Amino acid sequence: MLLNFATVLVFLVAGAFFVGMNLVISRLLQTRNPHPVKLTTYECGEIAEGHSWVQFNIRFYVIALIFLIFEVEIVFLFPWATIFKELGAFAFVEMMIFVFILLVGLAYVWGKGDLEWEKPNIVPDARVKPVSEQKTNKEQIAAV
Amino acid sequence: MPAFISFLTITEFTIFGLPEDISNLIFMVLGAAIFCGVSAVMALLGVYLERKISAKMQDRLGPMEVGSHGILQTLADAVKLLLKEDIVPAAADKTLHFIAPVMIFAATLAAFAVLQFSEGIVFSDLNVGIFYIIAISSFVVIAIILAGWSSNNKWSLLGGMRAAAQIVSFEIPASLAVMVVVMSVGSLNLGDIIDAQEGSMFSWMIFRFFPFNFIAFIVFFVASLAELNRAPFDMPEAESEIVAGFATEYSGFKWSCFFLAEYANMFLVSVVITTLFLGGWRSPFGDFLNSQPFQLFWLLSKAFVIIFIQMWLRWTLPRVRVDQLMYTSWKVLTPFAFVAMIGVGLLMIL
Amino acid sequence: MNIPFYDILFYVFAALIVSSAAVMVFSRNVIYSAVGLLFAFFGVAAIYVLLGADFVAVAQILIYVGGILVLLIFGVMLSQKVTSVDIKNGAVQIVPAILVVGGVLFILIRVLLSTPWGAASGRNIQDVDLTAAVEPTTQQIGRLLMTEYLIPFEIVSVLLLGALIGAAFIARKDA
Repeated sequence: MLLNFATVLVFLVAGAFFVGMNLVISRLLQTRNPHPVKLTTYECGEIAEGHSWVQFNIRFYVIALIFLIFEVEIVFLFPWATIFKELGAFAFVEMMIFVFILLVGLAYVWGKGDLEWEKPNIVPDARVKPVSEQKTNKEQIAAV
Repeated sequence: MPAFISFLTITEFTIFGLPEDISNLIFMVLGAAIFCGVSAVMALLGVYLERKISAKMQDRLGPMEVGSHGILQTLADAVKLLLKEDIVPAAADKTLHFIAPVMIFAATLAAFAVLQFSEGIVFSDLNVGIFYIIAISSFVVIAIILAGWSSNNKWSLLGGMRAAAQIVSFEIPASLAVMVVVMSVGSLNLGDIIDAQEGSMFSWMIFRFFPFNFIAFIVFFVASLAELNRAPFDMPEAESEIVAGFATEYSGFKWSCFFLAEYANMFLVSVVITTLFLGGWRSPFGDFLNSQPFQLFWLLSKAFVIIFIQMWLRWTLPRVRVDQLMYTSWKVLTPFAFVAMIGVGLLMIL
Repeated sequence: MNIPFYDILFYVFAALIVSSAAVMVFSRNVIYSAVGLLFAFFGVAAIYVLLGADFVAVAQILIYVGGILVLLIFGVMLSQKVTSVDIKNGAVQIVPAILVVGGVLFILIRVLLSTPWGAASGRNIQDVDLTAAVEPTTQQIGRLLMTEYLIPFEIVSVLLLGALIGAAFIARKDA
């Protein structure tokens, strides 16, 4: 088992080494034409205004929090899933109690609106007729 | 020896005067090098396939100039990217800007270690195989956040945070779908999962405990699309909206690292789906055509069918909005995954 | 040529953990501290592997790196005060701080020196066969959770529910 994990470690190190080696090759082969404009922050051709750290939506934090709780639940579910076949109904009932308590949590968070993200505010354009009143392509061609 | 390759007599080679430790190490490094090559080839092939498939779907030809029918196009692109100037903005954090692509590629490569390509050919037969693959993708999340933050650019930061929130939200239904398969098999080891699907096509996981395993397959497929940041969930890379998202300030080889990692990840996820739900390297006809070279062929063809479906979806469906994305993961996929799990549990004890 | 890979790896990972923890504590940039924490978690997972606890190691990566570190980084980004964080907080006096830290250090060194490290397990690390298959821990953990540790297991679910509701409530109030 240790040998298997050693393989994993070797793969990690080799991946990092592969990228590093390619970066070195790239550094040797590339053109170098430093210019102050090239080093500015990109904003589609405009000059970047303001601080780059905008005030973030707290929803990111709430989602990460809810994710963490469910992740811990999943870590408990995995060992159970491996021996579920052997243990049968008793283990199933025990785990269902566990899952049910956490599903109550999911329902709470769902109901209180913590899983909502900001919905875009679509303002209907007065110049555009509603879809039911618009003519199809064929009708427009026939009208000509 | 960490693995035995039955149709190549490699045993004489590795004990060739060298002590066992060193020969094991050489074997592992060789494996890592092979997989680096595989991911590079997968990236080249994947980009070429993507351009050709999208072209055919959009009624045009795609790359045709370089090489016959454009087959050398991505190689030319890769060489171009190596020769490009590596511009790191003055305001960016150089150390983290460098670490992010390294971490994302190293994590993706490390996940390849546990895949089984044929009977007995696996570099690292971990007992916690599938659990390990889920865990290694958390390095990818951190790498994306670091990439977004280190560029010191509003669009990068926003793209990085959104990508992290997206991957993290879809990990729950993905893990639950995997749980369904683990329950049926009783082990986290990928080899055991493939062994449990012995027999003809109808003993593959996707067809057992119908319909719950099929629901789990759909849930895992959709969730993995989101984890790969592929359309219709490619909000973090939304070209028309936040430039290139977290990769905005990356140029040259560092940028290509992210996309190398994305296509390698696509291949990884396809092989994982094949292993879990479609019988891995097993032939659909049971024992007919089940010898070693054919096993590799079956695995690759199943994986490529999944890759084709992923590309097909990208060029067919429009991009999903951020709030619709969160809705999909938490309010649709997670309940379905729980239903599948409870359903399979009930079917197994009754 | 018998290279003691186990020992080398142990010392390498121990050094990784200590240096990352140092970076985490002494860095003035909070994101650098987070990256230090990342490597510290990774080192701890590697130590778990060296001890034969494969499930715990992978769970460590999944929860700590994938969950807690992401949460911390999101929290840091929300706070907006990322660089030039002053480590010294002027609120606490120097003398009581030195006394408390000195006390804790004394206790730790006492425990460190009085634990019979290698001898207690009764085996010499050189005699351990590293290529032998260590038993899979996942099934054992599952079995124990369902039989001996069932009550703590169910209580954990209630604890998680409490954490979820409490944290969501607090985060909602701040918005």
